[in-house]
Amino acid sequence: MSEKHHIIPVWFFVGVLLLVYGFLIFVSGLAEWSHPSNTVLAELHAPVWWGGLLFVLGLVYCIKFAPARKS
Amino acid sequence: MIAAMASTAPTTLVHLSAVDLGIIAFYFALVLGIGFYLKRFAKTGEDFFLAGREMTAWVAGLAFVSANLGSLELLGWAGSAYQYGILAAHWYWIGAIPAMVFLGIVMMPFYYISKTHSVPGYLQLRYGSATSALSAVTFAIMTILMSGVNMYAMAVVMKVVLGWNINFSIWVSSLTVGIYVAAGGLFSAIFNEVLQFFLIWFGALLIPILGLIETGGWKGMVARIQQNFPGQDYTHAWSTLGRFQDNPMGMHWTGIVFGLGAVQAMGYWTTDFLVVQRVLSAKDIRSAKMAPIIGSFFKMAVPLIVILPGLLGLAVLPMHLVPASSLQPGQYSYNEVLPLMLARYCGPGLLGLGITALVAGFMAGMAGNVSAFATVWTYDIYRPFLRKTAPDQHYVSMGRWCTLIGLVVSIGTAYLAMGFASIMDYVQALFGFFIAPLFGTVLLGMLWKRVSRAAGFLGLLAGTLSSVTMFTLMKLDHRWVGVFALSPHAQGLAQDMYQALWSCVTCVVVTVLVTLVTNPRPDEELKGLVYALTEVAHEEHTSFLHRPLFWGVAALAILVVLQIIFW
Repeated sequence: MSEKHHIIPVWFFVGVLLLVYGFLIFVSGLAEWSHPSNTVLAELHAPVWWGGLLFVLGLVYCIKFAPARKS
Repeated sequence: MIAAMASTAPTTLVHLSAVDLGIIAFYFALVLGIGFYLKRFAKTGEDFFLAGREMTAWVAGLAFVSANLGSLELLGWAGSAYQYGILAAHWYWIGAIPAMVFLGIVMMPFYYISKTHSVPGYLQLRYGSATSALSAVTFAIMTILMSGVNMYAMAVVMKVVLGWNINFSIWVSSLTVGIYVAAGGLFSAIFNEVLQFFLIWFGALLIPILGLIETGGWKGMVARIQQNFPGQDYTHAWSTLGRFQDNPMGMHWTGIVFGLGAVQAMGYWTTDFLVVQRVLSAKDIRSAKMAPIIGSFFKMAVPLIVILPGLLGLAVLPMHLVPASSLQPGQYSYNEVLPLMLARYCGPGLLGLGITALVAGFMAGMAGNVSAFATVWTYDIYRPFLRKTAPDQHYVSMGRWCTLIGLVVSIGTAYLAMGFASIMDYVQALFGFFIAPLFGTVLLGMLWKRVSRAAGFLGLLAGTLSSVTMFTLMKLDHRWVGVFALSPHAQGLAQDMYQALWSCVTCVVVTVLVTLVTNPRPDEELKGLVYALTEVAHEEHTSFLHRPLFWGVAALAILVVLQIIFW
């Protein structure tokens, strides 16, 4: 993003955020698999697939925009 | 309105688990860490106030649209969708897309080529000190008041949704924002806005997905709404706008097209410095032109996570929500539809993500306001009127102090709003007084070189005064609503649209009349500031896919298709 300042791209921070959140949500979804929360459509186990999606996207962003690769 | 929510909230809407709290804590740690990291790059005035003018079109575009995607807007427009149906989507479609494309294609070259640091800065170059000072002072005051209103609104929402103490929310959020904006300036604000953009999308997108699964798709949702609210049309955007009394908003299509689309939206998206500042940070003129156009595609999609949850609330919520003004204990207001839908579908983890998205939205809104305030105060008030010549480093220090002082004033405003709840509505109304006439002043200045300094100032003043007068008369005596808003059936939003329209017309008429009896400025003083005297880079040798005009036309084409689908 920055040629003048060599700042770590904001996309890398986005990746870190999604990676950490994806992991936490995925794990909490797995932990409640046999005792789903008291929400509508809990049987769809949204935290598992939504958390997984965030984790994969975060991983892609982290790898693609890793500071070491950019420099 | 927000205060009414706080005083009548039945119980907290949701309870957070350890993983939810971990998600929220990680967000605070990350934004503070980014703020400290970026401090080393915010050394010069251009770094601190304009993020070094080195943002790509994508970063500037996401920050541009994200600056307007605060939580107050999300909660408010989801509530409006519950109250008025899909009519609320007009504020995301005709009330945004044409204006964003217009900014990118027509207005951005003048802002960018003139190398101005702000909208009042452009007015200084085009019309001189008086017009610039009027715009800068009003913008600075209103911006900082809005920041306080945002802060208080966040604290109330956190109290209602989570049961958090209001003082705790105000101080933790403002300290965090103060630290990271004072450290990294606009760099920090923009980084946080991009993070917020992703948070809001991933935090809210599950609601429409799961909602449509529950209702069996769009048709199932419409059928349930008709069953819950027989005889009312919530799912057509234009077909009920033929008469004021045919829709719950009390709106006529002329108000949407001319008041919202042609004036209010143009005014907000092209002259409100809070959003324009994001585009000014772009690294070159092509990026500056592309940024609002990239933003327009995302803006068009926002109804998916804001309007659709409101409509789904009409279909699936077991209780009927009520206006905040008539809220009784045990009831929920329209503005709570988004948290209610979040609590309906999201369990541990996902709930933390959704709440973090709301917190991030509030904090990004505060950061946007204080960073814009710091820029306008330092460059448009302090430098021209108080200390004209000082080293660049002095202005950077002033910007950092302004950020902190601005936050202290915001905290004061937040506590003022706590004592006088109606101040929130008035602050928002005050903000609207200046935007519509300012659009007339800036646009005429860019397109007509004959416009004189006196004409610009008097036109802006007349437009603003006419807006204040109309607002006051309509509040004092309802009969004036029929005069200014063309129908006594016109509700609040409809009144705002016509007020914006007439104030802009007043500004333009006064500007034209004064121009005809005053002397124009010499051409050489206006180079790079007006259309006839500015050399804008041509794009004949650029491929279609790299031309802002191509993407602007594509955005407008998609907008038309959406209107036909939801007619």
